[in-house]
Amino acid sequence: MKPAHDAPGTVRPAAITARGWGWRHAGRARPAVHSLDLDIAPGERVLLLGPSGAGKSTLLHALAGVLGDINDDGEAGDADESGSLLVDGAPPRARRGRAGLMQQDPETQVVLSRVGDDVAFGAENLAVPRDAIWPRVHEALADVGLAHLPLDHPTSALSGGQKQRLALAGILAMRPGLILLDEPTANLDPDGVLEVRDAVARSLDKTGATLVVVEHRVSVWKDLVDRIVVLQPGSAADPAVLLDGPPDRVLTEAQSMLAAAGVWVPGYVPATRSRDAVPSHGAGSLLLAAEELGVSRERPRRKGFRTVPPVPVQEGIAAQVRSGQALAITGANGAGKSTFALTLAGLLEPVSGTVSATLDLSRGAGINPYKWKAEQLISRVGTVFQEPEHQFVTGKVLDELLFGPRHLGHGEDRVEELLERLRLTQLVDANPYTLSGGEKRRLSVATVLAASPQVLILDEPTFGQDANTWAELASFLSELLDSGTAVVAVTHDAEFTEALGGAELRMAAAEAVAQ
Amino acid sequence: MRQELTLRGNRAILARANPLSKFAAVLLITAVLALSIDWVSASVALVFELMVFPLAGLTLSLLWQRGWPLILAAAIGGWSTSILAADSGRILVDAGIWTMSEGSLQLGIGFMLRGFAIALPAVLLMSCTDPTDLADALAQKARLPHRFVLGTLAAMRLVGLMAEEWQTIGMARRARGVGSRGSLGQRVKATLGQSFGLLVQAIRRASRLAVTMEARGFGGGPRTWARASTFSLLDLGVVAGGIVVAGSALVAALSAGTWNMVWLGN
Repeated sequence: MKPAHDAPGTVRPAAITARGWGWRHAGRARPAVHSLDLDIAPGERVLLLGPSGAGKSTLLHALAGVLGDINDDGEAGDADESGSLLVDGAPPRARRGRAGLMQQDPETQVVLSRVGDDVAFGAENLAVPRDAIWPRVHEALADVGLAHLPLDHPTSALSGGQKQRLALAGILAMRPGLILLDEPTANLDPDGVLEVRDAVARSLDKTGATLVVVEHRVSVWKDLVDRIVVLQPGSAADPAVLLDGPPDRVLTEAQSMLAAAGVWVPGYVPATRSRDAVPSHGAGSLLLAAEELGVSRERPRRKGFRTVPPVPVQEGIAAQVRSGQALAITGANGAGKSTFALTLAGLLEPVSGTVSATLDLSRGAGINPYKWKAEQLISRVGTVFQEPEHQFVTGKVLDELLFGPRHLGHGEDRVEELLERLRLTQLVDANPYTLSGGEKRRLSVATVLAASPQVLILDEPTFGQDANTWAELASFLSELLDSGTAVVAVTHDAEFTEALGGAELRMAAAEAVAQ
Repeated sequence: MRQELTLRGNRAILARANPLSKFAAVLLITAVLALSIDWVSASVALVFELMVFPLAGLTLSLLWQRGWPLILAAAIGGWSTSILAADSGRILVDAGIWTMSEGSLQLGIGFMLRGFAIALPAVLLMSCTDPTDLADALAQKARLPHRFVLGTLAAMRLVGLMAEEWQTIGMARRARGVGSRGSLGQRVKATLGQSFGLLVQAIRRASRLAVTMEARGFGGGPRTWARASTFSLLDLGVVAGGIVVAGSALVAALSAGTWNMVWLGN
């Protein structure tokens, strides 16, 4: 006999009640959430909006019952809770399995190395009998559109969008009454975003579970939710909930406020500085050229005594980088866009073909950027990585900016101007790791520019950024272009490509070329 | 590296055996070999091990690809023993600063064979055992605490990720002007900095993964297992095989009179 809770469609949606709820993380002076009053009825679908620091993620973690033990920096400590936050009338911690949480980074949403095992993990932890687990696994995989994968398919071979859908399947297999999504698509390309959104929509239609989603990009979720709640940073005077109502009403009432807070309101592209004059194709002096280029992240592999060159992800690439010109590298996931950019930047060795610097750029350092010393590289080609933290090398914002100029022995005078221009002056003494996402992005661009490179290469600079940082970045790059710097950007973002102007190199997804 | 952590495609018979029985067999063989330095027991075990290869889905070239550092280490160990050990019997090679005698050569060969014979079972075990199956067996059959076993398993997946992250951080730091090519001092400094960067990322990833696992109900409570870890007749065969290999090596060495307990010396 099957247990009753295993029949499909019998998920009981959860109710949420918050009364004067507040939370202060251990070691922080200000509470992340202050006096929150909120009721969410069973089956409601709610989009949570608000500026960074409004406590959206904290609320989601609390609802998932995972708040308190470990904070985001991996520290445990004494936190403060006030008021009450209840799921189905009980504290979330006591309601194991009632809520499922999906976070932003796809790599950490996967627990086990085989698809079937990963989906089964949550159900196992809830002590679902073995015979009932596998039917749940198959059903959940079908609901998220991954039924075509064999159960022993390696999870490491999945794309970002597939990993997030797998995580959703793992949550669905627990049959939760509450689904919590914390910026589930911030790290995904446009195809991945839609994959995940549609999978969420399908499973909600089927189970009727309550949904709370946090996301900057409103247009993705607007038609799926029936209520938008706008939070604001908590204080004694203001309630945590600023606005609450049906999507259309909230968006109309709060359009300018939300836009000012950096929320991506549908149909609104923030204004950016336009270039003084867009140079014609082929203008500007040639700095870098790629010819017949084959690229791969892999290094040559040793197989016993033999050395085997890697299989390129993309071959036969031709591109020119010219001063004062923008080049956008676009195309499908897995086409090798970032790999190409890193090879162009002198950070990866070409598998075949060449990357050559002209005399205007090399200034005596030699034709091949990969062979340049690190000091020679940074004053010629600057690269901004997708994850800013990868590039932090000191413990203070000011040191971070001075690092390049000190190594080069010149250019420290430029630092002041960059601090000013990228609004980092207030933060000079802060630890780079403690900055917000937008601040980290601005800092990573500033640090690379402090070495005054002639070519600036950026890998997905707008990923996960709010509308304010986006607009600042686009405007700043257009200034740089006008001053003669060449800008190369790997991006999925059509609006950003347009804001930069210039040429576009579209790379098609390549099957790995057989040897 | 991440691919090597799964056994996808290995349909060999030993891949279906329970990891615990394989582990027991390997333990038996290595225990016997660790007791004596002689070439007879080592070569008997080695012959058996080579015969087991196809059962584990392993070929000689695959072995060389995965195990060449071990093989090289055994060979070097044998070579240095044969030239450095105290001479006995006829001198075979006299190069002035070192000599190789019949006795030291025999010792060297014994050393090398023993190195192979001890390393091979471990390579065999790794190449036909899925980490997830091993974790299942350890938690369900060996009754190790599941929090510990599954936590380790999940962390192992991150290890592969860290290898990729290491490369990315290396490039990201070169783009900041931290040279990884230069004098020894500069390289050491660069590597330390890169390690710190990796450590920070590892801790962040690990704490996010911990939240993911906790949000999926992972904790101290009772849990069920979707995959049952079972013993079958095959496992009886595996353990019996281990006994046969270990026993033959022991009997052969005893009857040839070469059995030589490590701690008794010559």
